[in-house]
Amino acid sequence: MLFTENILVALAGLKANIMRSLLTMLGIIIGIASVIAIMTVGNSITLIVNSTMQELGANNLEMGVSQKSQDSGESENGMNFGTGYVRDMTDDDLITKDMLKSFKEKYPDDVKYMLISESVGQGGQVSRGSKNANVKITGYNADYVKFSDLDMVAGRQFLNQDYEMGKKVCMVSDKLVERVFKGDSDAALGQMIEVKTGGDYYDYYIVGVYEYVANQFSFGASDNPTTDVYIPLETARIANHTQNKGYSYLTLVTSINTDNDTFANTVRDYFNVNYYSRNDAYEVMVISMASMMDSMNTMISMIQLALSVIAGISLVVGGIGVMNIMLVSITERTKEIGTRKALGATNSSIRLQFITESVVICIIGGIIGIIFGILLGTFAVKLMGYEAAVSIQSIIIAVAFSMAIGVFFGYYPANKAAKLNPIDALRYE
Amino acid sequence: MAEELMLDLRNIHKSFFIGTPNEFEVLHGINFTVNKGEFVSIVGQSGSGKSTLMNIIGALDRPTEGEYTLDGVDIEKAKDHELSALRNKKIGFVFQTYNLIARTNALKNVELPMMYAGMSRGERTDRARMLLEQVGMKDRMHHNPDELSGGQKQRVAIARAMANDPAIILADEPTGALDSATGRLIMDIFHKLHEEQGKTIVLITHSPELSQETERIITLKDGTIMGETAGNWPAIKAKEGM
Ligand SMILES: Nc1ncnc2c1ncn2[C@@H]1O[C@H](COP(=O)(O)OP(=O)(O)O)[C@@H](O)[C@H]1O
Ligand SMILES: [Mg+2]
Repeated sequence: MLFTENILVALAGLKANIMRSLLTMLGIIIGIASVIAIMTVGNSITLIVNSTMQELGANNLEMGVSQKSQDSGESENGMNFGTGYVRDMTDDDLITKDMLKSFKEKYPDDVKYMLISESVGQGGQVSRGSKNANVKITGYNADYVKFSDLDMVAGRQFLNQDYEMGKKVCMVSDKLVERVFKGDSDAALGQMIEVKTGGDYYDYYIVGVYEYVANQFSFGASDNPTTDVYIPLETARIANHTQNKGYSYLTLVTSINTDNDTFANTVRDYFNVNYYSRNDAYEVMVISMASMMDSMNTMISMIQLALSVIAGISLVVGGIGVMNIMLVSITERTKEIGTRKALGATNSSIRLQFITESVVICIIGGIIGIIFGILLGTFAVKLMGYEAAVSIQSIIIAVAFSMAIGVFFGYYPANKAAKLNPIDALRYE
Repeated sequence: MAEELMLDLRNIHKSFFIGTPNEFEVLHGINFTVNKGEFVSIVGQSGSGKSTLMNIIGALDRPTEGEYTLDGVDIEKAKDHELSALRNKKIGFVFQTYNLIARTNALKNVELPMMYAGMSRGERTDRARMLLEQVGMKDRMHHNPDELSGGQKQRVAIARAMANDPAIILADEPTGALDSATGRLIMDIFHKLHEEQGKTIVLITHSPELSQETERIITLKDGTIMGETAGNWPAIKAKEGM
């Protein structure tokens, strides 16, 4: 009962001094707005990173050759920085086809696919007359093409011999066909395209046309998107003169029933015990995407927290501003306090009145801050080209926090008001 | 009729300490009593200590020395929160400067003491309306103090003083800031409260003329009671046929 009354009194007071109230709230507004903006951006980035990784396959294991760590113990996430450098990596340190073959034979139930790819050059262009299309040449192994699950518009996918012999064949996107072959897929089949990348030219025969799916994170629908020219892995390796080397990096797609964290160790041990025990400098490292996602999320949260703490300092400044204005307000209203006491107000009801007022200032400031923060955060995320994800949790925390600031910084002035001697307050001029 | 005591002041001294060791005594041993239902005035020149005395009577301040009993309550022994309750329920203050709460309309101002008394919203709004009607301010009850004239403000203040049906009304120069016609109106309200509701009223004034309108006059000079005389109220009342 006194509670609503106090809120009404506080609001009337704020309304009577709108400019002063706003200036008082400014610190709170800025503080809360920055915290909310940071949380919104952080939250959005986390979601984006996670969904990107999910898309890449949270069930994947990434394996590669890396320097032996000196302690050779468990490396939690495989991130060892600058420990025990011995020498540069040579071809002898790489993972060979034979190793992979026996590995897959050993764990046929766990390993679904072994994805290996190698790109040829940077981005390039296919030209035919006056028409052209942006492309990127990438060689994929058979597992990778199967895993990619392309929807074919025309023609066929690669045959075993294409893979084995490194034939100069390719699959292109319907986008490319649209731009270069006037959309006639059947006419495109069997044609040779010349891809220019950097200063080099590569020729491939089109054996298939697949349906291009725009990446959800490539913003703005370009009418000349860069699409993949699929070629067999071996073809790419011949072009790159790497056909006799092993692999430094590949992705394992495991079966649904496989526990990736355990299997990551199994894989690492398999390679390191069988093939790398006598290697003086290098070994195989395996990271599960899931654990990478975890450490990524932890990192983002840490950054978010650190930034929020810095922003939070302005909340303290804002709180001191509120305390200051409450002291001014109480001095101005000394006679009112005296009158209230004469009418029977107890010390605690006066204290409650002024704490309520300070809390109201802070909550209103907090709400304005939340609105600004959401706008700012959303704007920033949009600027990066993504959808903003506002964290409800951070809004609740912000409101609770501004309330706490109101109580904390309002207590001292309110208590001062409560303790005023009624007659001194009444006589105050 | 057995007279019941409302106020009983014995040997009241009040000193102010304006930086030790400077002790400044304003009241030098005040003795008087007021019976229930009496309309008494305390008259004296400016600076004679009237307000200081009223603050003690109104339990806003404690005497430096002496005994004071209000409606049977020993003020000396009462704790601060008990004094709050006492001011809330037993005393109705009317100040020279009205002291209405700013940015709060007449109705809410009158409700305030009832709110501190813990009365429910509906109950206190009803009573506040009724009290404002009694002082002729019903049509202005939603106005804020800055939209009211001095006389109107003082009428609201009187309604507020009556909020918790106090045992005594203390009015410190209630007409001091008003013109004579408006002052007359305010005095009439006090008479009405006294005659119709039997309220005990202590009127503090510097005007001997105004003090004549009460039943008993206590004259204060330099912090000492110079004497008591009967007021003219019974005669005025008879003449006006109230
Ligand atoms: N809080 C105080 N501190 C110091 N002196 C005071 C205080 N209150 C009143 N006085 C002094 O007491 C005397 C009486 O004041 P007051 O009771 O207000 O007189 P009145 O109301 O009769 O005009 C004055 O001289 C005044 O200066
Ligand atoms: Mg005075």
